[in-house]
Amino acid sequence: MIGPLLVGVYVFVLAMFVGWQVITRVPPTLHTPLMSGSNAISGISIVGALVIAGTASDTLMTVLGVAAVAMATINVVGGFLVTDRMLKMFHRRPSGDRPEA
Amino acid sequence: MSSSLFQLAYLLSAVLFIVGLQKLSSPETARGGNAIASLGMLIAIVATLLGEHLVSFEWIVIGAILGSAIGLIMAQSVPMTAMPQMVAVFNGFGGGASALVAIADFLELAKRASGLEVAHGVSIVAGVLIGGVTLSGSFVAFGKLQGLVTEKPVTYPLQKTSNFILLIAMLAAGTWLSLSAPAGGVDVFYFLIGASLLLGVLVVIPIGGADMPVVIALLNSYSGLAASAAGFVLENMSLIISGALVGASGLILTGIMCRGMNRSLANVLFGAFGGGGGPQAASGGGPGGERTAREINAESAAMMLAYARQVVVVPGYGLAVAQAQHKLRELGDLLGRKGVTVKYAIHPVAGRMPGHMNVLLAEANVPYDQLYEIEDVNPEMADTDVALVVGANDVVNPAARDDPTSPIAGMPIVEVDRARQCIVLKRSLNPGFAGVDNPLFYLPNNSMLFGDAADSLGALVREVKEL
Repeated sequence: MIGPLLVGVYVFVLAMFVGWQVITRVPPTLHTPLMSGSNAISGISIVGALVIAGTASDTLMTVLGVAAVAMATINVVGGFLVTDRMLKMFHRRPSGDRPEA
Repeated sequence: MSSSLFQLAYLLSAVLFIVGLQKLSSPETARGGNAIASLGMLIAIVATLLGEHLVSFEWIVIGAILGSAIGLIMAQSVPMTAMPQMVAVFNGFGGGASALVAIADFLELAKRASGLEVAHGVSIVAGVLIGGVTLSGSFVAFGKLQGLVTEKPVTYPLQKTSNFILLIAMLAAGTWLSLSAPAGGVDVFYFLIGASLLLGVLVVIPIGGADMPVVIALLNSYSGLAASAAGFVLENMSLIISGALVGASGLILTGIMCRGMNRSLANVLFGAFGGGGGPQAASGGGPGGERTAREINAESAAMMLAYARQVVVVPGYGLAVAQAQHKLRELGDLLGRKGVTVKYAIHPVAGRMPGHMNVLLAEANVPYDQLYEIEDVNPEMADTDVALVVGANDVVNPAARDDPTSPIAGMPIVEVDRARQCIVLKRSLNPGFAGVDNPLFYLPNNSMLFGDAADSLGALVREVKEL
């Protein structure tokens, strides 16, 4: 059997490959929303931040926890909202005055 | 039993992130994809709140309210031109949160004076190092883009050497921490935190403003890797997977930006490019006095555009600076109604971050199916009647293709010089970011329409309407 660290390494390497495959298919026109959206996803460290803030036993841990939760939440909330705001703006030409593709 | 249920919830959130990113492969499904990814995040948060044996929630609520309010206000109020700065700030917070997760984990262990496994120690050190560099580096990048810190590369003697020594010291401290019990290592650990923050500042200040797109893409990647490192610290697969996805995304974008400028990543990071003073600034063709650039007025330019069959517009960052995107779209629409085929050629480094120009044009209601990548539009250049360059310079400089001694030699360009006619809207004949003279301006098939981009486009719109 392999230990938890090695499992993590396996998962990390395979996820990098999946990421590579998926993201090379994103067209250049969407690269800015891709950055802000993937940025929101990297706010997943909110999971760790919640654990610190929710189990803090002294002042230092509480401060670290609140700061981590706040930073991660800015990342998550701001990232997804601004991505949506951008993606809302992308429109095709009204079909009618579109010549050939 | 129930713990595996929560693990499955984390897995579901990772799957939703991947599906969400997959839907970014087309503008039609992208918005739904973003919603799916945010659902994945919600599931991960709920799983954590219910499954991780948390004892108190009041501090979580305070942090979450604070973060949500700031995130909401920033996301709603940021102008599209300032998007690079904002993504930089978000990168920084993401890296900072991951670093704090690693820091808290270490301090908790140190308090209990329990031994540190080597693997766990390495994860903590990696989290602090990458997260810290991401946090401070992103804020320097923000400062440069926002104009709070000088855009010029900041250089001093022995810069690379001293950065390298700092990095070696950090790695030594990290190795020592990983191999020894944490109880005695708190001081060394604080050194590591401070040094990571310092290194982030030191590696970004020597990079010029024009290279910030690369830096932001790279920091984007780091913010993902920092989340992965935090995942190793907590042994949480969801963090490891999500961080790896973002890490891959940032690396791909970094590569695209570097290719767009034909520069290696090492050259961008250590080259201190765009100082404006370098030896290359003076070179590039003979003295300007021998060559003459032909000037054109708005009336004749409008005539050329309106009677063309195909017009290729090349927007550059100057367009955004002049806030002239809407005027450009108006001109494009007018020409379209006169039967002119209008295409927009988007150079990868046309904006200030990957895909920035596309967002700026989308905001001005330019349909995205009128936007073309340079490899698609260059073969059509010979059949293009008029190429209209607005606020772009280096990305249309034929010297990049023809002159191997040019500082921008080999950079892919939009080959507007191969169009039948080319019109450049520009304030003056001054060189662009790279400080390189542009021979395009003196070609026989090129004309200059001098003035502010918004004014010139306004004049073109008026003239085309009168035809």
